[in-house]
Amino acid sequence: MTSQKYERKDFVAKEEVRWCPGCGDYAVLSQVQRVMPEICDRLQLRRENIVFVSGIGCSSRFPYYMNTYGFHTIHGRAPAIATGLQLCRPDLLVWVITGDGDGLSIGTNHLVHCLRRNVNVKILLFNNRIYGLTKGQFSPTSEKGTRTKSSPMGSIEQPIKPLSMALASEATFVARASATDAKTLQDILLRAACHRGSAFVEILQNCNVFNDGAFDSFAATSVRQDRSLYLQHGRPMIFGANRDRAIRLRAGFPEIVRLDEFPEKDLLVFNESAAHPGLAYMLSELDEQAFPVPMGVFRCVTRSPFGELLDEQIETAVAKRGAGNLFDYINSGDTWRVTAPQGS
Amino acid sequence: MTEVMATHQASQEKPAKPRQFREMDHAVVRFAGDSGDGIQLTGSLFTHDSAVLGHDVSTLPEYPAEIRAPAGTRAGVSSFQLNFSSAEIHTPGDRPHMLLALNPAALAVHLPDLMPGGTIVLDDDTFDTAGLGKAGFTGTDPREDGTLAGYQVYRVPITTLTLEAVRSLGLDKKQASLCKNMFMLGLVAWIYDRSVTAVEKQIDSLLERKTTQPATFDKYREQARANKLAFRAGYNYADTVEVFVCRYTVGKAKLPPGTYRRVTGNEATALGFLAASVLSQRSLLYASYPITPASDILHELSKYRHFGVRTVQAEDEIAAIAMAIGAAYGGCLGLTGTSGPGVALKTEAVGLAVMAELPVVIVNVQRGGPSTGLPTKTEQSDLLQAIYGRNGECPVVVLAAHSPAHCFEMAIEAFRIAIRYMTPVFLLSDGSIANGTEPWRTPKESELPRLDLPQGVPAGDYQVYARDPETLARQWVAPGTPGLEHCLGGLEKQDVSGKVSHDSANHQRMVELRIKKIQGIARDMPELTVFGRAEGDLLVLGWGGTFGAIHHAVERAQQLGLSVAAAQLDYLNPFPANLGSVLRSYRQVLIPELNAGQLRMLIRAQFLVDAAGLNKITGQPFRTSEIELEILRLLGVQNVGREDPLSPGKGVHGTMDS
Repeated sequence: MTSQKYERKDFVAKEEVRWCPGCGDYAVLSQVQRVMPEICDRLQLRRENIVFVSGIGCSSRFPYYMNTYGFHTIHGRAPAIATGLQLCRPDLLVWVITGDGDGLSIGTNHLVHCLRRNVNVKILLFNNRIYGLTKGQFSPTSEKGTRTKSSPMGSIEQPIKPLSMALASEATFVARASATDAKTLQDILLRAACHRGSAFVEILQNCNVFNDGAFDSFAATSVRQDRSLYLQHGRPMIFGANRDRAIRLRAGFPEIVRLDEFPEKDLLVFNESAAHPGLAYMLSELDEQAFPVPMGVFRCVTRSPFGELLDEQIETAVAKRGAGNLFDYINSGDTWRVTAPQGS
Repeated sequence: MTEVMATHQASQEKPAKPRQFREMDHAVVRFAGDSGDGIQLTGSLFTHDSAVLGHDVSTLPEYPAEIRAPAGTRAGVSSFQLNFSSAEIHTPGDRPHMLLALNPAALAVHLPDLMPGGTIVLDDDTFDTAGLGKAGFTGTDPREDGTLAGYQVYRVPITTLTLEAVRSLGLDKKQASLCKNMFMLGLVAWIYDRSVTAVEKQIDSLLERKTTQPATFDKYREQARANKLAFRAGYNYADTVEVFVCRYTVGKAKLPPGTYRRVTGNEATALGFLAASVLSQRSLLYASYPITPASDILHELSKYRHFGVRTVQAEDEIAAIAMAIGAAYGGCLGLTGTSGPGVALKTEAVGLAVMAELPVVIVNVQRGGPSTGLPTKTEQSDLLQAIYGRNGECPVVVLAAHSPAHCFEMAIEAFRIAIRYMTPVFLLSDGSIANGTEPWRTPKESELPRLDLPQGVPAGDYQVYARDPETLARQWVAPGTPGLEHCLGGLEKQDVSGKVSHDSANHQRMVELRIKKIQGIARDMPELTVFGRAEGDLLVLGWGGTFGAIHHAVERAQQLGLSVAAAQLDYLNPFPANLGSVLRSYRQVLIPELNAGQLRMLIRAQFLVDAAGLNKITGQPFRTSEIELEILRLLGVQNVGREDPLSPGKGVHGTMDS
């Protein structure tokens, strides 16, 4: 494959972008387009080998705006369609664009199984904690008490945490970034693209029309440094604008300690590649009011992707039995011959 | 049936003794027993032996929906019917000539079907108080209360004799009694003058195929020995005790020369899809969620890894078709298979494939519905679901296979049409042809259609929905093609450009174009052929798995000199171009269907033909006699001594428009 140097503009479709002005999706689109040249460079990939598959929802319009191959499918089913595509076409880099409704309500099943199988697709779940396209009903990630047209007295449903679900689904790459944090998002997109197997990225994305400010308490520029925990593999989990606090475990539960009261050498070191997902799950379950919100890669482990295992079986079968020949095959086994009758 | 008394020399192994042989042109044998008794295996072995001997064969396996229903009860009865013949046959036969019952429940369930004067062989050991009780005979014994009067009854202590036969192997009683199906097979082999060694070889090869792991080799070798001992004991018992009045022989059928194998409909379907992949040189992805009676297609295709076939056991029915659509989007053959409940779940995705104009094939092995319905019984009630069961104006191609072996060519045809016209195609099969078997003459490469598409990419300014003027298909451009990056989707498309469009006039144009594309496929389909005269008093029109019964019934009516013809629709949407003129060539039209009148409704609506229906919705296939009697009734012919149909199968008339 010849390597070609791409620029951001090579990934910008002619299509007019039609999200609401101020929508967080613009920032995600822009970061994806920006990081694509480097992804192509790293993976020695050409633009025509990149596909964006989406379901239904505001975020699922994304493929129209990428100057790559795209498929805007049906509600919740993008991971399954992407699975079929990736299995048949391992040469492609397949992305799935989904949202909190598409991926965690109507399509949860496919997301779980795609991650469990470790299909080599890159899943970006845009979480705005609201249904935007259908004009503002609560979503499976909406906080309890969210008042919408379908929950005028407040939602009474416990929200699901996307990363906890991904971890419970045995995902091999799990990460989170905020749409407003260009640097972290780009780093994660690049790592997701290069991961061998399913990569699951939750992108916190503000819906300024129906759920404005959903993440302000920790993602607004003014508080982000202080309220975010940037996960770094092999490093203690220190956070704060002044990097003066850290997370540690006490009797199995997380707590915040001050560095001036607690020696750094005794802090818990973050390990994204731990075989056991316990630490990652602890982080994904942190209460976002009481604790800083972890950003970055929660988990990155190695496990053979589904497509590779399937193709290995094909290779094994061919090695063992020889490449199949249809006419030999149908004429082998329990067959018999009928010959033309002699005489009358 | 013609029966000729003849005296033969007894064949092969045994010293020649003069025996009374009765020659028959066909014989229908039904094995019945508990679902753990190995009835399907027994039937399958006898079928194979019959086919190899040159008979035409047709089978009807039947088993309960429960894997192991309570032993000895009527609910747990499994059966296998074989019709083997010296002439070409299309059905497993209406009523068995011979019933072999391994317990009282099997006798109770199947006795009503047995031909008057037919032969019964039963395992006398099982007719104790407990066995009779489980079968629902309380305080009475069918062997002695006159129930079996008029039949030729052979009471054989099969269990005892089987245990005795395998005693030398030292098996425990349970293992040993598992061989009684082979003892039964031995009896039948003697009655129908079969070669002992041929059947024994077949037992060996069957067990060898199961022995894929060296660890299990000894176990299977032991099983094979026990099975052969029991089989030979059954054969010798029949030969020695001289209780059986008569032996039967059936002549060889005059089948066209060639190499034959026996296939079930599901096997032939899987092989057809494999052939489509080979012929089109595109890799095949089959994604499916296990469902009765379609799972065997998944099992079969999963064996074809060395052909590069990819199979996925999907997480659900929707995922299965979604994966198939993903494969089609990637330029490969995308395939999913299921039964009616699964199709219900897939409908939204079929709409996506219609809108995106992608070639996917959905095979529906129909079963009794609605809802979970009758999973192990057959029905043809998903025709309208296939043609209309989606939101919006959503035309697709619908094909039907009409016999087990016919599944092979229709599976190829489904993909030929799908990729040539860029459309989803439904292939309808049903429980009876999926599990039924018949001999299949394996085709040569030159007998199969070409499925390769023109190579190359569109030149100039690529328009995603530009259409071929003849087929109206858009071009199949898969990711990886440089410079043609585009986005497909389920939103309405602008004509030609394929961009998203909400324009109202464009929507009407696109709806009409999609309909026109599908209707135009009629020009690329074989015309409907008629069995019988091109015009006359009555046309019996069918579709799918009713072919055999209709054909046979019409053949018999023609032998009476009646002006009747038969035609079977393999193409249901669109219909063959000549269907209208065929319909108008007959004074009356009869449409037998295993549903409440779905094809009949379509025919009446589309052609304004006042077709009559014969509708059977019992979960059982038609008997030839049921259709034949309806033909006679419609033509005002008095009963000419043909056998009456049984009450459960009696047709219901005009259900759809009553």
